[in-house]
Amino acid sequence: MTTATAGREVTYLEAISEALDEEMTRDERVFIMGEDIGPYGGAFRITEGFQKKYGEWRVLDTPLAESGFVGAAIGAAMMGMRPVVEMQFADFISCAFDQIVEVAGTSYYRWRASVPMVIRAPYGGGVHGGPFHSECPEGWFFHSPGLKLVAPSTPYDAKGLLKAAIRDPNPVIYFEHKFLYRRVKAVLPSEDYIVPIGKGDVKRVGTDISVITYGAMVHLALEAADLLAKDGINLEVVDLRSLIPLDQELIYESVRKTSKAIVLHEDNKTGGIGAEIAARLAEDCFDCLDGPIIRIAPPDTPIPFSAPLEEFFLPKITDVVTAAKKLASY
Amino acid sequence: MDLAVVAKEIKPADLLQMYYYLRLTRTLEDRVTALYRQGRIVGGVYTSNGMEAIPVGYASAIERDDIIAPYHRDMGAFLIRGITPGEVVAQYLGKRTGPTRGKDGNVHIGDLKRGIIGFVSHLADNLPIAAGAALAFKIRGESRVVVANTGDGGTSRGDFHEALNFAAVRKLPVVFFCNNNQYAYSTPLSLQMPIKDVVDRAKAYAIPGEIVDGNDVAAVYLAAKRAIGRARAGGGPTFIECKTMRMHGHSEHDSAKYVPRELLEEWKQKDPILKAEQLLRALGYADDAAFHEVEERVKREVEAGVEFGEQSPLPEGPEVLEGVFADDEEVSS
Ligand SMILES: Cc1ncc(C[n+]2csc(CCOP(=O)(O)OP(=O)(O)O)c2C)c(N)n1
Repeated sequence: MTTATAGREVTYLEAISEALDEEMTRDERVFIMGEDIGPYGGAFRITEGFQKKYGEWRVLDTPLAESGFVGAAIGAAMMGMRPVVEMQFADFISCAFDQIVEVAGTSYYRWRASVPMVIRAPYGGGVHGGPFHSECPEGWFFHSPGLKLVAPSTPYDAKGLLKAAIRDPNPVIYFEHKFLYRRVKAVLPSEDYIVPIGKGDVKRVGTDISVITYGAMVHLALEAADLLAKDGINLEVVDLRSLIPLDQELIYESVRKTSKAIVLHEDNKTGGIGAEIAARLAEDCFDCLDGPIIRIAPPDTPIPFSAPLEEFFLPKITDVVTAAKKLASY
Repeated sequence: MDLAVVAKEIKPADLLQMYYYLRLTRTLEDRVTALYRQGRIVGGVYTSNGMEAIPVGYASAIERDDIIAPYHRDMGAFLIRGITPGEVVAQYLGKRTGPTRGKDGNVHIGDLKRGIIGFVSHLADNLPIAAGAALAFKIRGESRVVVANTGDGGTSRGDFHEALNFAAVRKLPVVFFCNNNQYAYSTPLSLQMPIKDVVDRAKAYAIPGEIVDGNDVAAVYLAAKRAIGRARAGGGPTFIECKTMRMHGHSEHDSAKYVPRELLEEWKQKDPILKAEQLLRALGYADDAAFHEVEERVKREVEAGVEFGEQSPLPEGPEVLEGVFADDEEVSS
């Protein structure tokens, strides 16, 4: 377990752990459940030491039954608890799809039972996990009403969004990117803070082309922006942070300024979040566009295991550079 | 039910109250069915006809702070928890005064203030939810209990097994009821599972099981009392299979031609209201005049409910957009 210490650099993973720890201390109703999160500390060691500190009933090892324990979290949430459920890997969330979409997503709408539950979903590729340890399942839930979806890209956002998710009265799926766990670090404020759900963030201010993205792809976009700057193309990188609610205003503001948009994500291309953003831009910002909206996303295949296959599958810096150069010519 | 046991274990007033709810359920559901036949209700009408003793029995056995997680043949439990006939009719008619304000229909009724977890059509989904509610009570050290119900068909779903397993591992204060009415829509039990008694499924989870006559309200009530008492004392979950028969079609559109007529004739003799009357008479708690009085009372209450439902306003179209997300102020405690 990490303790919040001012001035110390923490990883994205440690930021998640700190948020959980602080919220469990702050609010007795918060408890966590999932597979192997107790004495073992979870597959990624995010809850290491938690059971010692908070006891067996607030750090609950569950049977291997995602639908059952997500359902149980919903029931506990209805009774006034604040469960945080850990999916061992986001891929296994498909086993709990029914409980999340049909029950958690509809209860408040139908009978005013709020479901203040957070599901932490370690997702994403680039870690050679193969088809079932690398998926980006956010698109499935993006289409379902009643759920909030967040996907931080930095330690600051990871901590602040998890705290906001835990305090939110609605079901929130928190997509934490496995590739970023130990690769990004930052010094975090020592005081309590949240990152409000529904607010995106411009991670790099630019003038020529907006790259709208989230999660690990934010870092890819930033690297591409550095390269393109040398060619005199100035990218603006919009980090969505929240997928539902989407910060439409921020997206529109950026595209109205640059008049050009690239939508970049790691989830499959068809029917994905990028498709929705492109459609909204076409509907609402048609007048200000100086070029086609370009989507950069993996092909419609499962995410493969072998390194060259995964490399081919995932968006690359060169994809962003090529798209930006094409757009710059308009 | 053994008369001496009933006399000893159930207060006369409680038994009379159960009889009242059996009658209220039957009369209300018959009236709703009539509205359906007249085309005034659209959609599914799932009744508990012939099975009223199960929800009435278990819901009579719980305490005020306990929680129920009913399924679609539990009208009596909704009524006992305080849902009024007027609210039921309003819900069926899609009125704004219904418990879901027209957002959902039929018996998809939930209200945490009245201790009812609303259910979704997806059968057995309410069972992990019930286990989770019980988990909340256990974490907080409260002595509250959850009672959930499912049909026999619902016990084939994974969520049934995941819920029982989790509840058993953590010894949660939850009682699982099963209404075994021998059919799941048109599918007989023999094609649903390779066992005769659903209760055998609980064995795999080391959950104590019991089979009761689902048409005997006193038997259901006493079994529920025992199981609830054990749950409250920390003894963990119980599974109670109630043997009964679905006397109507699956929903009122369904003629249920696939059910042998002789089977229905046989079960007609075991009607739960008939049985309750025999019991009350034998115990000397009530006579025909008293039964007639209850009949008149529930008729009045149901008619008042129908009037309330019919006169209630429909929601306005744009209300569809309201309440997808909870506001921070509305968070439950
Ligand atoms: C998961 C799921 N699959 C299918 C249905 C459609 N359906 C509604 S009720 C029903 C039969 C239910 O049988 P059972 O659980 O025995 O309850 P009963 O209606 O007999 O009381 C079916 C198939 C459903 N509601 N949920």
